[in-house]
Amino acid sequence: MSRRMTMIEAINDALDVTMGRDPAVVIMGEDVGYFGGVFRATAGLQKKYGKTRVFDTPISECGIIGVAVGMGAYGLRPVPEIQFADYIYPGLDQLVSEAARLRYRSAGEFIAPLTVRSPFGGGIFGGQTHSQSPEALFTHVAGLKTVIPSNPHDAKGLLIAAIEDNDPVIFFEPKRIYNGPFTGAYDRPVEPWNKHADSEVPEGYYTVPLGKARVVREGEAVTVLAYGTMVHVAHAVCLDKGVDAEVIDLRTLVPLDIETIRASVRKTGRCMIVHEATRTGGFGAELSALVQEHCFYDLEVPIERVTGFDTPYPHSLEWAYFPGAVRIGEALDRISKD
Amino acid sequence: MLLFPMKAWERIAVADFANQQPLALHVPEPKARPGVEPDWSGLTLPPAGAQPRPDETCAAAETWPLCTDLIRVLDEDGVAQGPWNPRLDAETLRTMLRNMALTRAFDERMFRGQRQGKTSFYMKCTGEEATSVAPAMALAADDMVFPSYRQQGILITRGYPLEDMINQIYSNKADKLKGRQLPIMYSARDYGFFTISGNLATQLPQAVGWAMASAISGDTRIAAAWVGEGSTAEGDFHSALTFATVYNAPVVLNVVNNQWAISSFSGFAGAERQTFAARAIGYGVAGLRVDGNDPLAVYAATRWAANRARSNAGSTLIEHFTYRAEGHSTSDDPSQYRSAQERSTWPLGDPIVRLKNHLIALGEWDENRQAAMDAELAEMVKAATRAAEANGVLGHGMHHPFHTMFEDVFETLPWHLREQSEQAMRERRIKWPDWRPEDGDEMP
Repeated sequence: MSRRMTMIEAINDALDVTMGRDPAVVIMGEDVGYFGGVFRATAGLQKKYGKTRVFDTPISECGIIGVAVGMGAYGLRPVPEIQFADYIYPGLDQLVSEAARLRYRSAGEFIAPLTVRSPFGGGIFGGQTHSQSPEALFTHVAGLKTVIPSNPHDAKGLLIAAIEDNDPVIFFEPKRIYNGPFTGAYDRPVEPWNKHADSEVPEGYYTVPLGKARVVREGEAVTVLAYGTMVHVAHAVCLDKGVDAEVIDLRTLVPLDIETIRASVRKTGRCMIVHEATRTGGFGAELSALVQEHCFYDLEVPIERVTGFDTPYPHSLEWAYFPGAVRIGEALDRISKD
Repeated sequence: MLLFPMKAWERIAVADFANQQPLALHVPEPKARPGVEPDWSGLTLPPAGAQPRPDETCAAAETWPLCTDLIRVLDEDGVAQGPWNPRLDAETLRTMLRNMALTRAFDERMFRGQRQGKTSFYMKCTGEEATSVAPAMALAADDMVFPSYRQQGILITRGYPLEDMINQIYSNKADKLKGRQLPIMYSARDYGFFTISGNLATQLPQAVGWAMASAISGDTRIAAAWVGEGSTAEGDFHSALTFATVYNAPVVLNVVNNQWAISSFSGFAGAERQTFAARAIGYGVAGLRVDGNDPLAVYAATRWAANRARSNAGSTLIEHFTYRAEGHSTSDDPSQYRSAQERSTWPLGDPIVRLKNHLIALGEWDENRQAAMDAELAEMVKAATRAAEANGVLGHGMHHPFHTMFEDVFETLPWHLREQSEQAMRERRIKWPDWRPEDGDEMP
């Protein structure tokens, strides 16, 4: 049994399923309780599971993450929400120095099985404080897993897997595609999820394993590595330009599915990496280095990185910042040359 | 149209400026630097027994007077006074004395061991023994503690094996933390002792979270945390107090005000303006300010706060007013930044001497028994040290197997860590060509 869902509905469903299965799962965050979250991801959950399992918190990301670490040490499985990824920085010490290293420093005596959910990415006119993609800050930290879904089916399966995982997981939800996939055509009406095959979400419990990428489209000409919103954008540009691309949705950045990447680049000999985050020190740099290390002799042309610019995310010039069809198209042209 | 009001505003601003004195920045400075005789006349010490003891379930605001007062039980003659006297029997008092004396004996030996090159680092708690031993005795054995780095007295009171503490300090092959942590950053889950972080004050919101989880689960255990006065300046302190009051968390938050954060005196955490206990009231949390060198007062305050938490009446912030008699750690020389006479003239005395005098005043102890106990404890620590040294000291090769460096980063080993561990093994073979993998030294 399955039904069509938006990404928000799929995330809500994943939370519902895990809360129903495991009384140790608790949800907390700013506005997540009675109101159900500013993006409605936790709608109805407080009513169903009670105020001590789904509750609002003070506006204190340091407190939210710190308290979640303590709850994890007790034996609960907290799923804190950080309202926007841009707000996560006050909680960084608790994530980087505490959650990420609890298992290591205590030699396994204490673990931090928390899943930090947070909407991220731009494309909704959020300005510089509601648009950031800070995934590289977390992929750089030993002991954290970073997961970014691109569709309702994966969002539910990955979130259930993340909550069940005994390591701390950063779960970034691309908010531009909460209610419909986005191909980069920002001047056209939003296409709803129910017309997209990946909005078919199985009912009840299932997982999408962490650390496994998905080949969205098989192709021979070029390998495209992307995650989140950019899977859809890059895919659309390849189709528009008639490039026989192999589009890979990474889904999990750490641990990374290097096998799928290696197999694809060995086949195509060309690799384009697309992410919305700023360029310098971005996760694309890591991907580029890995492809070079693993596939140097298979590469026919230099690796291309298509990213956001190294500026804060501007409000009025949002679509000039966004790595859309023109920027991706140019890179595709370069990489497709003999 | 716009010009007139701007001109008027400018005229006013210039005129005001001419009549004002220039602003001056206040940078706190301790009263006694090296070579200066300390002057304690600014420190008002109320008499023991004079502080009222409100009901444990009182409104937080009722504890306001106790936030600027100082709860004291033992007077100058070693007699227990007033409503905070916990009325402990002689056997319990002797156990408390023994735990504090053992903590001090342990510190002495480990400090010496560091100077002898057996480990890299050590931190004593000399003079502050009461602030960990007495709370550990006042809490239930299964209450969860989130210590900072100077609460070895809790582990000792809870009966954690000295040999295991020393194995950790030596980072040897028997170290339960596999040589990963700086010496004294213990972790002892079976003893309700949370893994110590080197990042300051992070344990405070974690303790609140643990307490919230206990309440969510309908448990009866409470949490307690310790932080130095210097670290109360961290944002985590504010987060912890906010969550504690919002959810009425069953937690006891201890501020050990030992006057010094390495070389920075308590003024850099705000002590020139207000006591640390006083912060509690602003959050709507109960606050107590306690003579931290009076083990009975510390015990009584902890018991009050624990009972309050256990009856769902809320959290308590306890300031333990004490003195760090030694350096911050083996890495600093306190004679470089503070008066050498501070320790000997500290008006609140020494917690071990004060409890000893109390027991003697009760006719339950004497100097001979004290000397015999000290000798016995020194011997006990020596024996534990010898046993731990058989497992190796730092830097002599008797560490955990090589591959354990890569374990516990994640629950299972991902491919990139497997690759890096193979690199580490290769490096080892290059450095020591004769080396052969011993049991457990290769990746499983």
